[in-house]
Parts: sequence; C-alpha cells; structure tokens
Amino acid sequence: MIEERFDAIVVGAGPSGNAAAYTMAKEGLRVLQLERGEYPGSKNVQGAILYADALEKIIPDFREDAPLERHVIEQRLWTMDNGSHVGMHYRSDDFNEERPNRYTIIRAQFDRWFSGKVREAGAVLLCETTVTELLRDTAGRVIGVRTDRGGGTAFADIVILGEGVNGLVGQRAGLRPELKPDTVALAVKEMHFLPRETIEARFNLKGNEGVVIEAMGTITDGMTGTGFIYTNQESISIGIGCIVSDFTESSCTPYGLLEAFKRHPSVQPLLEGSECKEYVAHLIPEGGYNAMPQLYGDGWIVVGDAGQFVNAVHREGSNLAMTTGRVAAETVVWLKRRREELSKANLAEYQRRLEETFVMKDMKKYRKIPSLLHHNRQFFNLYPKLLSGAAQTWFRVDGIDKRTKEKQIFQSFRAGRKLTGLIGDAFKLARSWR
Amino acid sequence: MHIVVCLKQVPDSAQIRVHPVTNTIMRQGVPTIINPYDLFALEEALRLRDRLGGEVTVLTMGPLMAEDSLRKALTFGADRAVLLTDRSFAGSDTLATSYALSMALTKIGQEFGGPPIVFTGKQTIDGDTAQVGPGIAKRLGLNQLTYVARICDLDPQAGTISVERRAEGGVQVLETRMPVLITMLEGTNEMRRGSLDDAYRAARSQIVKWSAADAGITELAKCGLKGSPTIVKKVFAPQARAEKVQHIASSDLSTDALAANVMAAIFQKQPALEGDLLRFAAGQ
Repeated sequence: MIEERFDAIVVGAGPSGNAAAYTMAKEGLRVLQLERGEYPGSKNVQGAILYADALEKIIPDFREDAPLERHVIEQRLWTMDNGSHVGMHYRSDDFNEERPNRYTIIRAQFDRWFSGKVREAGAVLLCETTVTELLRDTAGRVIGVRTDRGGGTAFADIVILGEGVNGLVGQRAGLRPELKPDTVALAVKEMHFLPRETIEARFNLKGNEGVVIEAMGTITDGMTGTGFIYTNQESISIGIGCIVSDFTESSCTPYGLLEAFKRHPSVQPLLEGSECKEYVAHLIPEGGYNAMPQLYGDGWIVVGDAGQFVNAVHREGSNLAMTTGRVAAETVVWLKRRREELSKANLAEYQRRLEETFVMKDMKKYRKIPSLLHHNRQFFNLYPKLLSGAAQTWFRVDGIDKRTKEKQIFQSFRAGRKLTGLIGDAFKLARSWR
Repeated sequence: MHIVVCLKQVPDSAQIRVHPVTNTIMRQGVPTIINPYDLFALEEALRLRDRLGGEVTVLTMGPLMAEDSLRKALTFGADRAVLLTDRSFAGSDTLATSYALSMALTKIGQEFGGPPIVFTGKQTIDGDTAQVGPGIAKRLGLNQLTYVARICDLDPQAGTISVERRAEGGVQVLETRMPVLITMLEGTNEMRRGSLDDAYRAARSQIVKWSAADAGITELAKCGLKGSPTIVKKVFAPQARAEKVQHIASSDLSTDALAANVMAAIFQKQPALEGDLLRFAAGQ
C-alpha cells in the first residue's frame, strides 16, 4: 500500500467541505476529500435556499451552470393559529435582478454540481469512504485520518472537519462534546411534485420566480420550531422542525406535526393534487453562539454545521457553512504560503478572520435567542393565538363599534398574559435581539 | 487471466416515475446505478482475478454519464474501464447492443489481451430481456453459461470451466471449454468494499472512451435505431393501486399499543385474516 500524503484532508462533501476543498485546490494545494455518502449530496438535507453572496465569493460565475430552481422574489412570514394565519409578505420586482440574491435549490443536484467544480479544481474525492478516526503524532497533533476502507490511512498537514451536525469524528476525538438535545432541532421535509403552471398559478409567479414561506405558531404545538414551504420549478418543499428536547418531552412526532401542517387550511390548497416523492429528516444545530465548540487546534479546523454555524432566527446555515469553509481554506493557504506551521496558535487566524465576517457577528448578535425561545413557549402558542384572535376581531364586521373592538383585543392580551408578562416578554425579546 | 465484465448503467428502479400521458419512463432527475445483477458478475470476476491473478476490465455502452458507473466499478476493484459511447448507438435494442459490445470486446482483446471469460449479469432491471449476454456469445462464438449460480472449478491450463446453473426444476452442473460467456445469477456472492487504494485509483483513472470508429465498427447500419428491428408498438403503465399510506397513531406511545392499532387497521381491511391467523396459531 502506498502511503498517500496531501496538503489537506477535508472530511465531508457538503457546502462547508466543498467550499474548503474548492478554495484550497484552486490555489494549487493537494486536497483529499472524503465523503461517506454514495455521492456528494446523498446524505445532505436542506430546505433548501441558496444564498448567492456566499457562493459568489467562492465561484463568482456559478449562475452559468449551477442547477438552480427559482430565484426568490417574495418572502412570506406566517404566524399560525389552528385554522388561520396572520401573515406579512414582502414581494419586490427588484428581486428580478440580473444576479438574484436567493434561489431555491434541490440539494442532491446542487451538491453534485458543486462537487464537480471541486474535482475540476483538482481535489481527489472519495465517496462511500467514512473517516473512522483522526490520527495524531506523539505530541497530539492531528496528522491524518483512518478510513473504513480496510482501515486505510491518509496523511496531511491539516484536516478540515466539515462533517456535519452530528460529526462523530470530532466527537470521538474529543474535539467537541456530544450534541445536547436542547441545542439541536429535528426537521422533516417532503417534496411534493406539481406541474410548473400549477405552482406558478397558486403562488402568483411567472418564469423562474419563487416564493419562500416561513411559518411559526401553533403548528409546532407549543414546541420551539418553525415550518417552511419553498417553491421549486416542479415541486414544493414543505417541512417543519423543532428542538429535539421538546420532542422528547411532548407526545408529538415529527411526521405527525408535518401531517398536521400539510392539513392546515392555509397550506392544504397549495399542495392539493400533488404527489409526494421524497421524505427526509435531518438534524439542525440551533444552539447558537453559546453552543459553539473549539474551532481549531493543532492540525485541525472545524467548519459548517459541525461548528454549530447556523443562524436559526433567519433560517440561514448553508451560507455560513460555505463562508466558514472558504475562510478556513484561505487561512490554510495563507499560512502555507508563509511556510508557517498549521499549529493551534497559528490557526487562531481562522477565528480572527471569521470575527470580521457576518458569520461571527450574527452568531453573537443572536446568542441569547435560543434559550429565550426555549424557555418562553408563549411565543409559539399564546401569542400566535392572540394575534389571530385580534385580527379576526378587527376584520369581522358585525355591528360592534371599533372602539369596543380595540378594548376587546386589549383585554384578550391582558387575559392571556398579564400586563407584567407582556411587558416582560417585550423586554426580553428586545434585549436578546440587540 | 484477463476477464471482461459487461455492465449497464440503469435508472434506479425504486425511484422511477412513469409519465402520465406518454407512459414512458421519466429518467430526468432519477439517480442511476450499476444494474444490480451485473454486480454479481463483477464480484465473481474480481474473485477469480484475486485467486488466479490477471486483470478485470469493465465495459459499458452508453452516454458519457455512464462514466459514473464505470468509476464505481473501479472503486470496487476493477483494473480498467472502457466506455463505448457514440451518438450512433442511441436507440439500440438488444440485437444492436450485442453487436456493438461484441465489436468492442474484440477490440479489447486486441488491445489488452483476449479474455477467456466475459461476464454479464443475468439481465438488466430496465430492459429485463436477458438477451444481450447470449447475443454477445453467439456473435463471438463463445460457449455460453447462463443463469450461473456458482463457479465450481476452473482449470486455466486445460482451459476448462465447470459451473452450477440454476434451471427449471433443479440445478445443472455444466462443464465447457473457455472462452466462455457467463451470465451471473443474483445472490451468488456479495460485492466487496474496495480498499482505499482502489478508491484512489478510481478517482484518478482515465476511463478509456471509444467511439464506434475507435471500436472498429464500420457497419453503422447495424447500430442504434437503424440496427434495431425491435419495434415498440405500445407502452402502458400498470394501474396504480388505490391504497395510500395510512398514518396510524395511538394515544400512548408504547410499541404494543401502536402494534395493536396497526393490527386492528389490517384486520379491518382484511376481515378473514384474523380468523386464519388464530386457526394457524392453534395449529390447525
């Protein structure tokens, strides 16, 4: 057996791993990428929205051949009660721009495309190859990996871990703790096929325009979580996810929630007559900044979901994954050019660079949100109900004068959550948001 | 010993949809796999190579994307891959396919050494004809051993091979002289996991790509749609069953309670079943 040596080994071929492998290979580094799935994307699950900015910084002309579904021109935010929803929609023709800002994508196709770019750039990709452990030298420095292919080993100056949310390699090596049930969400998703024209008529679209619906409220039965509906060219992605510890405490099942979400009268007509072709589930790291592990050490760096890089409030993850992958790779290239060791001290540059990007700034901004939402269930049950009730009182014309209606609405809020509770919630939310 | 395995890239039948109007298979977006029967042929070839030495060449005919399947075969441990690809092959039936493959096999023999054994799977999962293997054997004058369950003995010096062949009503033990064409039955072995070195080699290998001309094919009238006498008169999709998936819940989440609810739902659909099961359990 020939002992293979590389400049870098990337574990995982998701957005973060691909971003890292591509960036390093393009700069001429010898890169080995290991993916346990049958092909890149076979294990990956996302809504999925592609944020152009993060990818543009890696592959500026990606629009030329990437498999994109629809560019998003409309965002709907729904606060849902049983049988009703209060919505805020933003739609703008400005989003019909030459270089659109967001796209819906199908990850199985997109990841294969991205991986093709990585291989074109010169990286060696091995699929169906699971990394079983990190290899270290006597000083504890990571020097390579062992795989499940007959225990075969590979060596490199750095191992970049883009192994995803439940990254067992890093956990086994003691680089980060096991996931805690209250810092990770379980999301389930279905793909529903419908003819193009039907989707365009139902969602008020033309051409490749797309809509994103994000929903919260009683659909999660009091648990911390959200639902979503995304339009693809000939299918609709619909899903819902909640924090894992909430599922264990409640009697709800993920598929039960999704079934109820699909049957909601605001949703059911959108899916009418569709054919469900795919059912997937995945974990999402939603612990935020406070749950982030150590991001680098002697001979290793963590990128993407494995580093908890998800902005749960804004439903962003893949852009953080790509950005951390790119920044990690740029750091490695920079250190190698300067002929510096890829030691823990030198790799601190990775975190310094991340601090200057939106990634760390957003992670820090929302650091208190996960625990706020987790310990204040009124945000998912009571307030959506009150809001919906208020809207009904306000819009129903029934001979009651408007001042009386105002009083009824105000009283409903006070009855639901005493004045101190209301003020307290507003205060807590404002403080966490800051 | 040089062994050639013919394999085909097919759509993953578990994920195929039939177009509601034209009744044709909608291949778009459907993942492709190596025809599962061909994997038994490949593994058998790899085992013979490991035992007797030599090389395994995999051969396929198809569009450029069939390269994925060949690369996968290299990952399993094949030594060389040849892709026969040309627009003039489009629309080939089994007659035209066996012609093109037999020409490529002749060329492989010239370039890399004549194979005493050519393997195929017993049939493909998309065409299900089981004709291409025997077609190749006939064209190249190879002895053919179809539906082979086991290779009992192989004597490279004497050039003989004996196999077990699954036949209606029993198992035949056949012996013949090489060169042979063997179509391998399913369930005869289990595909190995290639080593890390195999994976490297597969990732870095250049796949040999031959056009019709490269393979020495001059009679294009024997290829593709022109060379295919088979005419598809009508395609129809079987009526889909009306039953839909039913989610069965129970108030408490114990598996016993769920199982009881599932059983109740089944018995409701098939009232006779409960009595049958009870009688069976009582030993009647």
